[in-house]
This record gives sequence, C-alpha cells and structure tokens, in this order.
Amino acid sequence: MSAVVENHDHHDHHGPQKGIWRWFTTTNHKDIGTLYLWFSFLAFLVGGAFAMGIRAELFEPGLQLMDPIRYNQLVTMHGLIMIFGGVMPAFVGLANWLIPMQIGAPDMALPRMNNLSFWLLPTAFAILMSTAFMEGGMPGFGWTFYAPLSTNYPNVAFFVFAVHIMGISSIMGSINVIVTIMNMRAPGMNLMKMPLFVWSWLITAYLLIAVMPVLAGAVTMLLMDAYFGTSFFDAAGGGDPVLFQHIFWFFGHPEVYIMILPAFGITSHIISTFSRKPLFGHSSMVYAMVSIAVLSFVVWAHHMFTVGMPLAAELFFMWATMLIAIPTGVKVFNWCATIFKGSITYETPMLFAIAFVVLFTIGGFSGLMLAITPADFQYHDTYFVVAHFHYVLVPGSVFSIMAAVYYWLPKWTGNMYDEKLGKLHFWLSFIGVNVTFFPQHFVGLAGMPRRYADYSLQFAEWNAVSSVGAFLFGLSQLLFLYIVLRTIFVGKKATSQVWEGADGLEWTVDSPAPYHSFETPPKING
Amino acid sequence: MKNKLKLLILCLIPFFASADWLDINMPVGVTDTSKEVFELHMLIFWVVVGIGVVVFGFLFWSMWKYRRSNNKKPANFTENHKLEIIWTIVPTVILILMAIPASMTLKKMYDHEAEEGGIDIQVTGRQWDWQYKYLDEYVDENNTRNLSFVSTLITPEDQYKQNRAKKDENYLLEVDKAVVVPINTPIRFLITSKDVLHSWYMSDFAVKQDAIPGFINVAKTKINVPGIYRGNCTELCGERHAFMPIVVKAVTADEYEEWLQTKRDEHAELVYLTEKEWTLDELLGQGKEIYEKVCASCHQLDGKGIPNFYPALAGSDIVMNDKAKQIEILMEGVYGSQMKSYADQLNEVEMASVITYTKVSWGNVKSEPETEELVIPKDIVDYKNKGT
Repeated sequence: MSAVVENHDHHDHHGPQKGIWRWFTTTNHKDIGTLYLWFSFLAFLVGGAFAMGIRAELFEPGLQLMDPIRYNQLVTMHGLIMIFGGVMPAFVGLANWLIPMQIGAPDMALPRMNNLSFWLLPTAFAILMSTAFMEGGMPGFGWTFYAPLSTNYPNVAFFVFAVHIMGISSIMGSINVIVTIMNMRAPGMNLMKMPLFVWSWLITAYLLIAVMPVLAGAVTMLLMDAYFGTSFFDAAGGGDPVLFQHIFWFFGHPEVYIMILPAFGITSHIISTFSRKPLFGHSSMVYAMVSIAVLSFVVWAHHMFTVGMPLAAELFFMWATMLIAIPTGVKVFNWCATIFKGSITYETPMLFAIAFVVLFTIGGFSGLMLAITPADFQYHDTYFVVAHFHYVLVPGSVFSIMAAVYYWLPKWTGNMYDEKLGKLHFWLSFIGVNVTFFPQHFVGLAGMPRRYADYSLQFAEWNAVSSVGAFLFGLSQLLFLYIVLRTIFVGKKATSQVWEGADGLEWTVDSPAPYHSFETPPKING
Repeated sequence: MKNKLKLLILCLIPFFASADWLDINMPVGVTDTSKEVFELHMLIFWVVVGIGVVVFGFLFWSMWKYRRSNNKKPANFTENHKLEIIWTIVPTVILILMAIPASMTLKKMYDHEAEEGGIDIQVTGRQWDWQYKYLDEYVDENNTRNLSFVSTLITPEDQYKQNRAKKDENYLLEVDKAVVVPINTPIRFLITSKDVLHSWYMSDFAVKQDAIPGFINVAKTKINVPGIYRGNCTELCGERHAFMPIVVKAVTADEYEEWLQTKRDEHAELVYLTEKEWTLDELLGQGKEIYEKVCASCHQLDGKGIPNFYPALAGSDIVMNDKAKQIEILMEGVYGSQMKSYADQLNEVEMASVITYTKVSWGNVKSEPETEELVIPKDIVDYKNKGT
C-alpha cells in the first residue's frame, strides 16, 4: 500500500488546552491514548509488584512473608490488574493513538465517549483497590472468581461493581473503534487494504462487545447469590456451580484472544518493517484472525475438562481447541515467510517482535498439549497451565506492547529512544521472562498445583529459580520507564519516516504527530 | 583460571546433585491409564518439539542468512498459494493423527461402570480436608455405620510458619489417616464437595476430578503397584487450599482385610469409650490436643479468632451459656460461613472433649466447673439419636 498526503495544512486553533485540566476534558484520540498507556503502565507496575510478592513468598517452601489469605489476594489482584488494567488498556491506548493515523482519520468517531470510557477505568480500579483498606480485604478467590467460593467472600460487591464499570468502559471503547473504522477510513482504503493492526482491533472490538455483557451477567448473578438470596450457583438452593464456569469461560476464552489479536497486528507491522519486505499473506492473516475469533466462541469448556462433562462434550471441545492451531500456525508461518529473503536489522522493536513469535509459539505448543484432554487431566490447574498462559501473555501480549511502544514512540513523542538502552531492556526482559516461566513447566508436570501459598519440598529448586527470574524481569521494567521518560525529555529528534522500511499512513505525518492527524483525508493509491 | 573453573564446578555439584532438579516431567504412574496418559503426553511433546525444531530452525536460519549486512536487497513476494495450502494441510493432518489416540484414551477413561469385586469410595472435599466413605464396608455388626473418616494434614504449623521447625520429607503431603485400598482392584472414587469447589488430584493414577457441591464425579482406577501415593487439592478453595493433601496407601488384598478389621476394632473401642464415665481432666487433656489441631487454625490458640473471618470463642455467650447450641454448631456447621460440620471428622469422645475444653478455657468459667456443666460423649450420642 502506498499513500500520499495531499494536505499538510495545520492550524493551531485546534491545539490542546493548557494546564492539567486538558487531561480530564480532552476528547483528542492522542491524549486519550496517552492516558490509557500511562494508566496501563501504572497498572503493570502495581500488578507486577503483586507478582513480586507472590514470587517472594514462593522463593522457598514455608510461609515467610504472608498468610495464605493475603497470598490469595495477591494472586487474584495480580490477575485482575494485569488483565483489566494492564494488557487491555494498553491495547486500547495503542488503538486510540494508531487507528485514526493508520486509516487517515482526524480523530476517533466518538470523542466524548472516548473520554468517558477512559475515565471510567480509574474509577473502576479505585473501587476495586478500595477493598484493600476494608475489613475483610481484597478479593481472594482468583481472577476467575469461581462460585461458590466467591459468593461467600467479603467485599465481593466492590469487585462486582468494578467489573461492571470496566465492562462498560470496554464496550464503549469497542463501539468507538468499530464506528471509527467503519466510517472514517480515507477514501480508497477498502477493508482488505486496511493495516493489520486496524484489522486486529476491528475483530477484537467485536469480541469485546460479544462477551463483556456475558461477564456482566456472570457478576450480576454472583451479586444476587451473595446478597439477594438467589441460588444461581448454589447447589443447596437448586443452582449449579458448573453453570458459573460455563458462563465465565464463554466470556473468558474470547477474552484471551482479545488480549492477543492486537499483538498479532503489531507484530505483523514490525516484522515487515525491519525485514524491509511487505508482509507475507496480508489477506490470509486477516482470515486467520477471523477464524481464531470465531473459534474462540466454541472452545470455552477446555478450561473445564475436569468438571465432569459428558464424553461427547469433552471430545468436541478437544477437537475444536486443536483446530485453533491451524490458523495460528498460518500466522506464524506467514511471519517466518516475511523474514525469509528480507534485509533484516534488529532494532529493539524487531527484537521484541521476534521474541514474541518464538515465545508465543512455545506458549501455543503447551496450549496444544493442554488441548489433549487425557493429558490435560494431569496438566490442569498445575504450574504447567501457569507457564502456558504466562508464555502467551507476557512474552506474548506484553512483549508486543513493548515492541509497539519502541516502534511508535518516535512518532508519538517526536524523539528517538536510546537504542543501546532499548536492547539492554530487551535482553534483560527476555532472560528474565524465560528464567521465570520456563521452570514452571517442570514443576507443573511434576505435579505442583497453582494458587498454592506453600508447596512440598520437591518443587523447591525450580521455584527458587523462577523467583530469581521474576525479580530480574520485574526490575528491568523500571529501566523501561527510564527509557521512555528519557525519550520524551532528552531524546534525539526523529524524522517523520522514523524507520527506513516502515510503510503506512502514520509515517506520512510529522513526528511528533500533529494534534489532529488528518484534517483532510489522504488519498490511497493502488 | 582453569582451577577456578574447576572449583566453581565442584561448588555447584552439591547444589545440582539434588534429585529434585530432575523432577521435571510427568510421573509415569502406577495404573494402566496413567501409563497411557504418559505416553500420550510424551507423543504430543515430541510432536511439538519436532514442529518447533523445523519452524524455529527455519526462522533462525533466515534471520542469520538475510541480515542486512549479508543481504542488501530484500525480495518483494507477498504470497505463494502452493506453500500456503501445504502449511494449512500438513498441520491439519498432524492434528488428526494426534486426535485419534487422544480420543481413544479419553473414551477408555470415561468407562465409569461399577465392576464385580470393585470398591466404591465416596470422596467429599471440605474446607480444608477430605472425607472418605467406603460405601460397601461397615464398621458395626448391624451394617448401619459405613467405614468413614476424615483425612487431615498433620504437618505441624511450626514447619510452615516462618520456618520455625525443620521440614519433614513429606512436608505438606502427610495426613493422619490415609485412604487404604487394595491393588489390582477396580476402585471408583465418587467425588463431591460439601462447601466450595475442590479437586481431587492424584498424579500417579492420572486422576483429577473436581469436587463440586451437588454433583458426584466418578474417577475409576486400578492400581498395579503397592505403595504410598501423595496428591493435592487442585481447585482454589480458600485459605488452606495448599494444606489439604491426599494420601492413598495401596496394599495387597490381605493387608486390606487386616486394615478393615482394625477399623472395626476401633469402632468397638469407641462404643466402649462413649459409654464409660468421664472425668474433667480426661476430657480436657484430649480436648486441648484436638482444639490445637482442628480449631486453632481459625479460632486461634488464644480463642480470640480473627475479626471478620473467624469469631472469638473466648467470652462467647454460646460457649459459656448455651451447651445445646454449641453442640448443634459443631455437629451441623453454620450455613453460609466457613464453620463446617465436624460430625464426620470428630467422633463422640473427641467432640465432647473439645467442647468441654472451650467451655473452661480463656477465662470462660469463673469458678471451678461443675461436672454437669461439661459436655460428655453421651451428650453427643444423644444429639445424634435425637434426629433419628
């Protein structure tokens, strides 16, 4: 795709407001994107601090730092914060920054709603975190909040309201993304010409709209059971605890792909740029993402192989789950084929993107193993599962977010990050993440259950290794913060093209990008 | 330099010599099913390793070969239909080949039918221990009382809190009463729960089934090798999720019969104890021991509980003044709270002694207690008979 910007004529009367008030009232997609990204980074640090607490407690057998109630709270809050506060808002932030620039639009379609959907998030997290200062404390029933453990838990109402507000925020954000993409593309940009990040978000937004109401239903039933005497999930009252899991995972599995599809988009852009070669199989990438999204609705019960479903159901969910490997494989092969015969350089975004491909694939391999139901009876709810989903989420989603930040930071700030420090950050993160999570495959296979505050002695060695890796990974992220701040304040000026091999409308505007990206739509050729 | 390296290696040997470093794979287990599952696991493992070697091999080779300094001019191709069809079909074939043995094994594992000569054991998960009830075995002569017991962690608190004591070999994997089963016999575990979800996980049998209130899940197994096998709860069930291990002792048929006989003898002994006269000191001695083992993890050693989670027993009106209510709470539990019924876990003597202990401890009585204020085993028997 080649693009020509016809009109670079900007006027200052649309500039940002002065002072701190700008950030509360802004309707600008870049300001809101920035808010989302900083919010998610803050959540990443808080959720990360909780993870450090978990790993410190698990460094050796015995309860040294906290009682199991506190430990369960850390596990729960780590999951909730990283998913709903870290990964999802980071992708929404990227969507806000990039979608208008990549489709040649001046802003998002619904700017006031955009502002609201961001500011609901801190509200939701304030409610959730406020339980830390209450008697009874934070939720400690796991981020999956299985009934009936959750229905009898103190302060569960705060959790429910927080999830409701996050859900509203996500749905509004998704509507905004869909409306923007459907209505505001530059003339000539038909759907199949759309950049892959935009495509990945279009699909993600539909997934969010489809499943967030299901989550809202689940938490509402939970609230009713906890406070209003219903028995949706209470067997003693004629309810069904397994029903909860079906509803939760009908949300939960698409949710997993909500956290990975935008990563696919990002990786495609970066690999193509640094291979100096157009992406292999643009349209097959789109079809693969659509297939993955569709399949995500029919695999939910693979999270529940041990609840005692009938054989037919187990077989169906096993086969359906295995099918996901096909479109996912296509994506990995396409990335490899893009690299093949390229002219490749390895700047920081490329390093993160390649690490994404390799480590996400390792997470996919363990996912395929988990799909084999008889073997899953052994893997289920052990550290093997913990290793699996951290491989797809940390060196998967999180690495792709970091890659995206390094890749587009010069466009956002107008300044170049420090390449040496970026590479250092990459290698520390890469080593840290593998030392943390690879040994968890071992203890999981050897039978260590997850969500254990304390464990028997045969798991001690690899848990110590895992904790050391976690501290390394955690500390390296402070370097990331330093690099970003340094880029903003003292970075060298970047050109508007930034990367030699980069292709796409966002590279045709100045660096930093003007407050309103395209006041006159660019024309798309070819 | 070379010497230093040697020294370093020598120092590291004891560190790595521990066998636990090699404990990195699924156990083969001791049942036909577990062996089959292990083979399936290794098969899919080598399949993904094979795919990984090919894909990553190609990727790393391309990354090296087509680095900028080696290849100034990138190619420009964007598709190759033949290739794309191949890399869609080949994985599909591999997946089908994997799905076949997996489905066959699963079908076998789903054979839950009772067999001639088999044993049915009802397993009930509870916060935070396991209750086992042998559905075809009785301990009394009239065949009215099933062989049933609760299996609880015995690792002392000092071993897990702040590492105050040295940890045993079977730290967190040891219980007071193991489930004893005969080898070479089909055993069905009928798994359910009394409160929240739990999951009964015994890696050596390749059994993991969720314990769900209101449902009964069946796991059938046949153990080939005698031994002591240890497992865990694998569904988050609250505070002491990590502290409710499973121990199964597989023995020969003769040894199993012997064990059944000791259980019958124990019951006869209990009947005798319930009927005899009790003194305060006898009750208190046993009561203190049981309180520390069973109650103190929630209500605390000083009887003060944990505000908002576990109510205090010291100064409690019920404990001081309402004997009948206290018995009812221990026998039935408190609905909607963490206080479960102890009717199955504590026998009549234990129940009576622990109640007596709470009534006279922590200043709950001002003067020397009267014997008739105490709770004796007979009271518990009367309570149990009241309902029938």
